[in-house]
Amino acid sequence: MHDDNQTPALFGQTPWQTVGPFFHYCLPWLGGADRAGQSNHGARPELLVPGQASLPRYRPPVIADGEWLALSGRVLDAAGAPVPDAMLEIWHADAAGNCHSAAGVFARCATTDAGYYHFTTVRPGAVCGDDGSVHAPQIHLGIFARGLMKRLVTRVFFADAPENAGDPLLQSLPAERMATLLAEQGTNGWQLDIVLSGPGETIFLQC
Amino acid sequence: MDADERGMSLLPDDPRSEPLRPHAAYKSSRLREPTQAPIKVAPTPLDLSGPSAVGTALEGGMVADLTCLRGGVAAGQRVIVAGRVLDENKRAVAGALVELWQANAAGRYAHLGDQWDAPLDPHFDGVGRVITDASGHYRFVTVRPGAYPWGNHVNAWRPAHIHFSVLGQTIGARLVTQMYFPDDPLIELDPIANAIPMPWRQRMVARLDMTLTQPDWALGYAFDIVLRGHHATPMEPA
Repeated sequence: MHDDNQTPALFGQTPWQTVGPFFHYCLPWLGGADRAGQSNHGARPELLVPGQASLPRYRPPVIADGEWLALSGRVLDAAGAPVPDAMLEIWHADAAGNCHSAAGVFARCATTDAGYYHFTTVRPGAVCGDDGSVHAPQIHLGIFARGLMKRLVTRVFFADAPENAGDPLLQSLPAERMATLLAEQGTNGWQLDIVLSGPGETIFLQC
Repeated sequence: MDADERGMSLLPDDPRSEPLRPHAAYKSSRLREPTQAPIKVAPTPLDLSGPSAVGTALEGGMVADLTCLRGGVAAGQRVIVAGRVLDENKRAVAGALVELWQANAAGRYAHLGDQWDAPLDPHFDGVGRVITDASGHYRFVTVRPGAYPWGNHVNAWRPAHIHFSVLGQTIGARLVTQMYFPDDPLIELDPIANAIPMPWRQRMVARLDMTLTQPDWALGYAFDIVLRGHHATPMEPA
């Protein structure tokens, strides 16, 4: 018998594999990117075979407090082309800075044909770590796509947040690339493009 | 505050399970994989936390038996795929959201982007979703997916595989993987499976299990999913 998943000597972390191009009928839920619960944003039901694979609707607990915002942008490849088959996951603290399992905010968004993502959520508060550290308002961002063997992890910070100057993670990063993590306020809310590869490549993190 | 929420940290990723990067044999990665290595940082509170009860927030999403939809039975060989979600310390991960998607028995996905000329199955969508029980167990009834061709290189065929997405206790321990079947010679030829060097690639190969198999009904395959571990107490200084 060949070694396999049940071989004791191989026990350990299951390896990552790409999500591939066909995850749209499973992972991105209706309303998965809209924590206000006002739209289907996040899913791509038009990609499913009609009559097959109905998507569940994401109805997490209502967020009571906070400043609502839109966060959007494009996912781009090394040639500057939009990535139409990526999926993004966000996780962030509530407006008061709580990120325990019941308070934190989770959402998912598949990119559009033009490579856009769009989240509706509340602005997170600064988080105090167990060690007394203060973490600027930030969003944990995971990026999944065909071509990526493993999730890419980064952060979105808000360019106007005074806490950025003291954020231990942000301040440890190369200053010349820091702007790739700073969302800017535009006419349609907060904007940040994610560049997977090449010129202007987003900083990705490993912890 | 209990030990799970206080002073928790993440064990480093197991280097043996790391995909090769760059991995030029996988054509889609060439314009998408970052050119720069990820920057190593200490975990922050966001890495060490994660949403609970996402599964219960999904209306109409829980599906453990994929084989009897819209009044009919899915074509192909019925199989049971079951196992536990564990961490690296072999502790059960209860309440994890396990999502599964796969091609049908002919190798066709219920997705308009799939151009493979194999029949769709009106009684099989290929989507499953469950929450692990208190001992970390999950169980799906599905059909064995077919192999299918893809455009990576001339005469490229994906081995039969099932996609799994697991959202466990923390965002830092998130996992998306693919499960393979034990008697499939296409695995040797597949750039995606072989992004993980041997012997660790075999961590993704399920085992035929006659205790899971149900007589006169379905073959059973055992597939445990191991997430990154946590240690509950901070490391003491040396």
